[in-house]
Amino acid sequence: MQYSMRLGESGMADNLSLSLDANEMALRASLKQVRDYLAACGFSESFLGNVEIVLAEAVNNVIEHAYAEMPDGRIDMRLERTDTGIVIFLEDEGVEMPGGVAPAGRPHDLDVDVDNLPEGGFGWFLIRTLTDRLEFSRIGKRNRLCMHMQANQSAS
Amino acid sequence: MELTHKDVNGTRLIEAQGDRLDAAVAIRFKDDMRILTGDGPERIVLDMKNVEFLDSSGLGAVVAAMKQAGPARRLELAGLTPTVEKVFSLTRMDTVFTIHDSAESALGAGHMQAS
Repeated sequence: MQYSMRLGESGMADNLSLSLDANEMALRASLKQVRDYLAACGFSESFLGNVEIVLAEAVNNVIEHAYAEMPDGRIDMRLERTDTGIVIFLEDEGVEMPGGVAPAGRPHDLDVDVDNLPEGGFGWFLIRTLTDRLEFSRIGKRNRLCMHMQANQSAS
Repeated sequence: MELTHKDVNGTRLIEAQGDRLDAAVAIRFKDDMRILTGDGPERIVLDMKNVEFLDSSGLGAVVAAMKQAGPARRLELAGLTPTVEKVFSLTRMDTVFTIHDSAESALGAGHMQAS
């Protein structure tokens, strides 16, 4: 095990680990901690926004689906810095992803009447668009989502 | 997420006061918007300058607010902050809404159309 911890120029630790209750207010508090950590690491405001979107969508999915019948569930969130960005690990003990795979997250057809515009189903599209690599696995009773994000990604 | 409003030159200007429009407040926001868009001027501008973060639940609530305003009213948006604008552009919802830089420019545009 390398114990250099790669304290970059900012002097920040090379990872952030959080454990949160599976509800929206706990998610808000965790996202603030993530923002503060990434800002202290020197990442751009735009990248902070991308990470916040990805984490909000991924954790909301866990709250609404994996833990739909388990309001007292817990979520483990871990961010690891790499040379070019971050890797995010999210783990929960909720229901397995349907089919055991993460949804493709295709864009909606918006060329429809106003009454038929979609009000949901954007989450996985946003996650897929803003991440460079994504792996879902079921380990025992735990779901594990691993997402790689490059800080220099140009997705506007 | 508190909403304040005033009517200016035939436009109802609604200002979102909270800094997050997310899953925690999306349903409440949608219900509050229903009340504020149920009567009054046909043109509605939602000023989002205070909203620093919007997730897909919040986006869905804004879309729902436009739908529930009905065909006689139109909902326009103003003052999108960078992360909010990103969610709208990535999902291409920026092609569905009329989006103004600010409430001031939105009201100016409405005034010019009226004259």
